[in-house]
Amino acid sequence: MFAYYLDLALRSLRRSPVLTGMMVLAIGLGIGASMTMLTVLHVMTRDPLPELSAQLYYPHLDPLPANYPARSEWGDPSDNFTWPDAMALLEAHRADQQAAMAGGRVLAWPVQAGRMPFRIGGRYATAGFFDLFGLRFEQGRGWTAADDEARARLVVLSHALAMQLFGRTDVVGRTVRLGDARFQVGGVTADWAPQPQFYADASGRGNYGESDRFFLPLATALDLDLSVSGNQASWKEGGKTSGNYTWLQVWVRLKNAAQARAYRQFLIDYSASQQKLGRFERPPANAALYPMMDWLAHQKLVPNDLRLQLWLALGFLVVCLVNIVALLLAKFLRRSGEVSVRRALGARRRDIFLQFGVESALVGSLGGLLGVAIAQAGLWSVRQRPDSYAHVARMDLSMLALTVLLAIAGSLLAGMLPAWRASRVAPALQLKAQ
Amino acid sequence: MQIRPILAALRRHRVAAFLIGMEIALACAILCNALFLISARIDTMQVSSGVDEDRLVVVSLDGVDDNAAADLAARLRSGLAGIAGVQSVAVTNAVPFGQQAGEAGFRLRADDPHYDNQGHFYVGGPALPSTLGLQLAEGRWFTPDEFGPISEFLPRSPSIMLDSEYARTLWPGESPLGKTVYAIDKAFRVVGTYRSLLRPNPNPGHTHNTLLLAGIPGKGLASVYVLRTAPGKADQVLQAARALVARVAPAVVVNQDYTDTISGLRRSYFAADRAMAGMLVGVIAALLLVTALGIVGLASFWVQQRRKQIGVRRALGATRGDILRYFQTENFLIVSFGIALGMVLAFGLNLVLMSRYELPRLPLFYLPAGALLLWVLGQLAVLAPALRAAAVPPVVATRSV
Repeated sequence: MFAYYLDLALRSLRRSPVLTGMMVLAIGLGIGASMTMLTVLHVMTRDPLPELSAQLYYPHLDPLPANYPARSEWGDPSDNFTWPDAMALLEAHRADQQAAMAGGRVLAWPVQAGRMPFRIGGRYATAGFFDLFGLRFEQGRGWTAADDEARARLVVLSHALAMQLFGRTDVVGRTVRLGDARFQVGGVTADWAPQPQFYADASGRGNYGESDRFFLPLATALDLDLSVSGNQASWKEGGKTSGNYTWLQVWVRLKNAAQARAYRQFLIDYSASQQKLGRFERPPANAALYPMMDWLAHQKLVPNDLRLQLWLALGFLVVCLVNIVALLLAKFLRRSGEVSVRRALGARRRDIFLQFGVESALVGSLGGLLGVAIAQAGLWSVRQRPDSYAHVARMDLSMLALTVLLAIAGSLLAGMLPAWRASRVAPALQLKAQ
Repeated sequence: MQIRPILAALRRHRVAAFLIGMEIALACAILCNALFLISARIDTMQVSSGVDEDRLVVVSLDGVDDNAAADLAARLRSGLAGIAGVQSVAVTNAVPFGQQAGEAGFRLRADDPHYDNQGHFYVGGPALPSTLGLQLAEGRWFTPDEFGPISEFLPRSPSIMLDSEYARTLWPGESPLGKTVYAIDKAFRVVGTYRSLLRPNPNPGHTHNTLLLAGIPGKGLASVYVLRTAPGKADQVLQAARALVARVAPAVVVNQDYTDTISGLRRSYFAADRAMAGMLVGVIAALLLVTALGIVGLASFWVQQRRKQIGVRRALGATRGDILRYFQTENFLIVSFGIALGMVLAFGLNLVLMSRYELPRLPLFYLPAGALLLWVLGQLAVLAPALRAAAVPPVVATRSV
């Protein structure tokens, strides 16, 4: 029966190729535009580290003075940590794996004399960083807590930077000049580029398309006063190690909900003790522990422009669907004569409904295929945009399947009313009129 | 032309007619708001920088060593000034559309616990106002003894100047001259105001909240150079300046992203807004296309369906013009219904956007503009099917179908 309806649908569509083309084009455009924007959003909000994300948490303390102005435009300074707070959390050892970190940009000097130095981004971190996020080493290893203590001049290079500087990766023990200081290479990691760069400062807005090229001990960076990127805020005089200058990020790995509960309580207790000491002015209950994905949601990585574009695209899809409903209605009702003959010959209303449903689905499938092509073109144009998220906008298989499904579902929905109306045609009246 | 027969015919196809009307209503709502969004983008992109953008070349450097900065700045200034086509050279911490360098909160009373005002502090050497071509609005320029060395990121200098418009918002109805600005732990006295200097990163809410401090080139003020060039020489100067930096200061790196004419920097700064405007134009075009497809499709069907009736009318004496006008009027009625509904929807959509994305209220003239566009679109779309209808010969009436 289905094959028969499919055949009928094909014949009917071929009879009016212009109208069929219009409907397919309308669905294709609507689906293409919507899927372009949905894919961009999907890529921007996906889990950057699926194997560990369930165990990673971002603690939050609120060391700001009570009267500090709430200013959303420049980010919340309490999203980052002061040096004393970050060190206190690490020294308490309430999490098995933990690290404090900050982003930085330095000039890297090529080994060959006479080449121009270039600016690269990397991470200043405490020793636990590599285990915490599960980085894989190609050569050598990270550094130890003792190296942190000693402010050792050690650096870990990413595969890409090692290749760029030396043309090879077995470079443990060699010396690299970063900024004005020389560092000994302790290890080389495999390239590691979670997207978004979830662990970085919120003002980086996900740092799409960027990855850390080097890692060096946080205390060493502090010692050398290397430049720190990201939002930094202070509300009293004092340098980076003072208790009123936020610039660090802290991440911890907790195995289960019980550990997370205990850690949250620890943060509140810590805040209360700091309040007693007169350091914190705001209520200890402001302390919080964000699971990784909640933290990303809290950072609002998706710009308003993009949400607006998604709504526009979806609105456009609705217009396209209404358009299809009207066209299908006209098309189906025009075949009232044919419907009446079929009804008179014994077809049930359900059969008529099914027949036209199949025809709608066929239009939808064709529209979906066109939509995939249009969405690919749309994503290509998104990738040409200057925004940082732009060049990660690519469609994966699940989004591809969703595109076709959405197109078929949309056109089935659009075909519902026309098919129902067609199945209600009174055969006697129609036949008599002819 | 009588409307009643048209209405009677439409009543027989009320669902299809209603749907096309709905489509036009939705299109109208999206169209008005999208047009408004585009014009808002264009306004943002046209913000005036207050300087002669085509003739100002900016050279930004990375990796300037603090200890050698004073010497480097002196060498670079004399070197850059020697390039053919350069009229003057100034050192600054930032330029319009360049990297933001001195954003800070400040207060107008020493005992205020809050830093409620926030502005961009430009720090410039002696030649900056003349190189940028700033005009004095009130008071005077800095005197040579007022320039101070940089500490933290602001200079130790007793005086400050402000954008004249911005000064008016800080001290409404009062002269800003002689007032004091407290920033970080320093106090600065206002000695003058200048006419219009844009902040490095303007956004619709903040454009001219700028202040100017007098700094001695050297440590903390040696990374950004502005060159005023003779007309038409900017590109040549830009190339020569890049080569000069490589020769005079091999240890520093030219920051390519921020080394350009100010008009070039403006282009890169607004690249994302331009892309957004382009995307909106694309949506509008697609929307109009789909709406037109719907009108054409439906009208063609109705024309085919009514071939016999059209033939009868023609046989009874109706002219081709009558038939043509019939379909045009029918389309006009449907589109008008859609527009009426669409205006309400446009307004509602704008309210939602206002609350969620902090957009301003839709100016009323967008509604008739959108309506006109859709009427024209409707008439154009229906023209081909209506002409086909008009071409139906009267003899059709006598043939059996």
